[in-house]
Amino acid sequence: MIPELGHFALIVALLLALTQAILPLIGAQRGNLTLMSVARPAAQGQFVFVAIAFGCLAWSFLHNDFSVENVARNSFSQLPEIYRFTATWGSHEGSMLLWALILGFWTTSVSVFSRHLPDDMVARVIGIMGLISTGFLAFLLTTSNPFLRLLPAAADGRDMNPLLQDPGMVIHPPMLYMGYVGFSVAFAFAIAALLSGRLDAAWARWSRPWTTVAWAFLTLGIALGSWWAYNELGWGGWWFWDPTENASFMPWIAGTALIHSLAVTEKRGAFKAWTVLLALTAFSLSLLGTFLVRSGVLSSVHAFATDPARGAFILGFLVVVIGGSLALFAWRAPKMLTGGRFTWFSREALLLANNVVLLAALGSVLLGTLYPLLLDALGMGKISVGPPYFNAVFVPLMAPALFLMGVGPLARWKEASLPDMVSRLKWALAISVATGLLLPLTLKGFNPWAALGFTLSMWILLTVLIGFRERLKNSGRIGNLPRAFWGMQLAHLGLAWGVAGITLVANYQEERDVRMNVGDHTQLAGYTFTFQGTTERVGPNYRAAKGTVEVSRDGKKLFVLHPEKRVYNASGMPMTEAAIHPNFFRDVYVALGEPLDDQAKTWAVRLFHKPFINWLWIGALFMVAGGFLAASDRRYRIAVKATAPAGAAVQGA
Amino acid sequence: MKSRHKKLLVIVLALAGIGIAATLILNAFQSNLVFFFSPTQVANGEAPGDRAFRIGGLVERGSIKRDPDGLTVRFVVTDTAKSMNVVYKGILPDLFKEGKGVVAEGKLGSDGVFTSTQVLAKHDENYMPPEAAHALEQAQKAQKSLVK
Repeated sequence: MIPELGHFALIVALLLALTQAILPLIGAQRGNLTLMSVARPAAQGQFVFVAIAFGCLAWSFLHNDFSVENVARNSFSQLPEIYRFTATWGSHEGSMLLWALILGFWTTSVSVFSRHLPDDMVARVIGIMGLISTGFLAFLLTTSNPFLRLLPAAADGRDMNPLLQDPGMVIHPPMLYMGYVGFSVAFAFAIAALLSGRLDAAWARWSRPWTTVAWAFLTLGIALGSWWAYNELGWGGWWFWDPTENASFMPWIAGTALIHSLAVTEKRGAFKAWTVLLALTAFSLSLLGTFLVRSGVLSSVHAFATDPARGAFILGFLVVVIGGSLALFAWRAPKMLTGGRFTWFSREALLLANNVVLLAALGSVLLGTLYPLLLDALGMGKISVGPPYFNAVFVPLMAPALFLMGVGPLARWKEASLPDMVSRLKWALAISVATGLLLPLTLKGFNPWAALGFTLSMWILLTVLIGFRERLKNSGRIGNLPRAFWGMQLAHLGLAWGVAGITLVANYQEERDVRMNVGDHTQLAGYTFTFQGTTERVGPNYRAAKGTVEVSRDGKKLFVLHPEKRVYNASGMPMTEAAIHPNFFRDVYVALGEPLDDQAKTWAVRLFHKPFINWLWIGALFMVAGGFLAASDRRYRIAVKATAPAGAAVQGA
Repeated sequence: MKSRHKKLLVIVLALAGIGIAATLILNAFQSNLVFFFSPTQVANGEAPGDRAFRIGGLVERGSIKRDPDGLTVRFVVTDTAKSMNVVYKGILPDLFKEGKGVVAEGKLGSDGVFTSTQVLAKHDENYMPPEAAHALEQAQKAQKSLVK
C-alpha cells in the first residue's frame, strides 16, 4: 500500500510541476498577475508531494519491504538501520528521486526567500525550475520508477554495495546533489533575465547568494566523496581523476568561475553575457555529470544500470536544456552587451584572466573525460586517459590561477596601478618564493613541484593577510568588515591550506606493500609496524578477518590499528577496510591485502605514511564555511529595494 | 598608444595565450593516452613495445601463481582465443579472481611477458570491466569468422 501511495504522490507531483512551469511562464509573458501567482503554491505543493514519495520509499527500505524491486535489489534484512535508510538513494531510481526532492527544496526556498523580487521575475524563475522538475519527474515515472513491485516478493534483499556502507556515503550524495541542483537556481535566474531582457546588476545580486550556497554545498559534496574514497577504497588515494569524480569537478570549476564573474557583473555591470553563459554552463555540466554517472556509460561504482531508454531520455533532456538555453542566449544576449569600462590592469581584468584560466582547466578536464567515451561510441577503439594527463595539464594551469587569486582582491576596480601593486606586494612575493625554495630543503631535498606548491600557498596566505590589514586601515574595527569579505578571505585561505596539504602529501608520502608473518616488523617513515595476526570477527551483515598491527616509534609503543578484510553475507563480495590513525600532521594508514598461506598467518599488507593529508579536508571545510558566510552578507537581504531602480538605470545606460 | 591599438594588443595576447594553452593540453593529451589491446591483438603483434597500454580479458583458471616473496603474482589473461602471461608486484584488488574479468595496465617485455604496474579495481561482483567484455567479444567474432 505504501509504495503505491508513493507512486501516486509522484504522479501528482508531475502534474503540479507542469502547472508550476506553464501557467507562471505564460503569466509573466502576458503580464497576468493571477497566472503568475500560481508559481509559489504550485512549487510548494510539488515539493510536498515529492517529499511524500521519498518518504514512502524510505519507509519501504526501513521496513524491509522486499516486494518492492528496488528494495530487494539494494537492501538486506541484516543491513544496519542507518544504511537501510541511505540505501533509499543508493540505487539509480532512488538517487533520481533524491534529485527531484532536492530540486523541489531549492524551488520552495526560492519561493519563500523572494518576497522582495519583482513578480514576473519570480514567476519566470519558478516556472523554469518547474520545467526542470517536469523533466526529472517524467524521467522517474517513465524509465526509473522506484516503486515497482516484485511478484512474488523476494525472501531477502541482495544487499547494498558494501563500498557504500560508510558514514561518508551517508551524506556525500545529498550534499553533492544540493550543489548540482543548486546551480539550477542560477540557471533559472539567467534564463529569466534573458526572457525578460533585464540583464542588470540587480539580477546579478539576486543570483549571487544562491550560486554561492550551491557552490559551497558542491564543495562539501566533492570533499566528502574524496574523503570516502580515501577511507573506503583501500588504495590510500584521495583523487583518481575518475570520470565520476570529473563529472562533479567540472560543474565546480564552472561554478567557481561563475561566482567571480557574478561579482563583477553586480559591482561593475560588466561581463553580463559572459556571466549568463557561465550560469548556463554550470547547470549544463551538472546535468552532464548526472548523465555520465547515471546512464551507465561509465564503468564505475556509480553506474548502476545500463539501460538504453534511460540514457536516451537523459541525453535528450540534456540536448533540450543546453541547446534551448544556448539558442535563447544567442537570440537575446547581443542586445544587452553594454557594460562598465575597465583597463587591462584592474580587478575586472584580473578576474577575467582568472576566469579564462579556469575555463581552460575545465576544457582540459572535459576533453580527458569525454574523448574516450566519444571514441568508444564511434567504434574507433578503446583508450583511457589517466592521472598523468590530468596532472600534466591541470597543475600548470592552476599555478597562474592561484597567483592571480592573490593579486585580484587587492587590485582596484576599473583601473589599478602596476607600480602601486608592486610596492604593496613585493615583500609577500619575496617571502613566498623564499618559502618555496627553502622549505623543500628542510624536508627531503629540493623538488620543483613542491617548491611551486609551497610558493603559491604562502602567496595566497600573505595576500589574504595584506587584504585584512588594508581593509582594517580603512574601516577601523574588525567587526565592521562585511561578511562577504570574511567569506572570500576564508575561502581563499582554505584553498591555500588545501594546496599546501596536496603539495605535502603528493610529494612526501611513503608507501610499502609487504609480506608479513605473525610477529614480523617493518619500518616506514620512522615508524615500526608489528603484525600480530588476525582474528575472526562477525559483523551485522558480514564476516571479517580482523588484523592487529602495533605501531611504535623509537621502541615506544604508540597505538594499535585494526584493518579488516570483510566478506559480505548477501553478495559474497570481499572488501578491504583500512585502519587509519589520523592527526593534524599525518595519517598512518594500514590495509590488509590477502592471506598468503592456508592458515591465514601470513598476509600481504599495505602501509602508508601520509603527511598532512587532513589539511585537504580542513581546507575544503574553510572554503565551504567561507561560501556560507559570504552568502549570508546582509546586503543581499536589505539593499535590494534600493538597487532595483539603480539596476534599471544601468540597463538604460 | 591609442586605445584601438591597445585593444588589438590585448586580443593578440589573449589569442597567443589560448594557443599556447591548447598546444600544451593537446601535447599532454597525445603523450598520455593509454590504448587498449586484447590478447589476440597482442599476439598479432599490434601492441607497441615501448609504450604502456592496457589489456583486458579473463583471468585463466588455475593460472595464478605467487613467487616466494609473496608479493609478485603471475597469471594468464585470456580472451578465449589467445592468452598472455602477466606479472604484477603488489596487492591485488579485492575482486581479482580466477575466471573473472580483469584489466591491467603496463608494458610488454621482449620475452612476451606483460609487466603490469596497475591491476584495475572494479567495484561490483557482477560487473565485467567494459574493456574485458570488449576483448571477449572481439575474440568470439574472430572465431566465428574463422569457422565460416
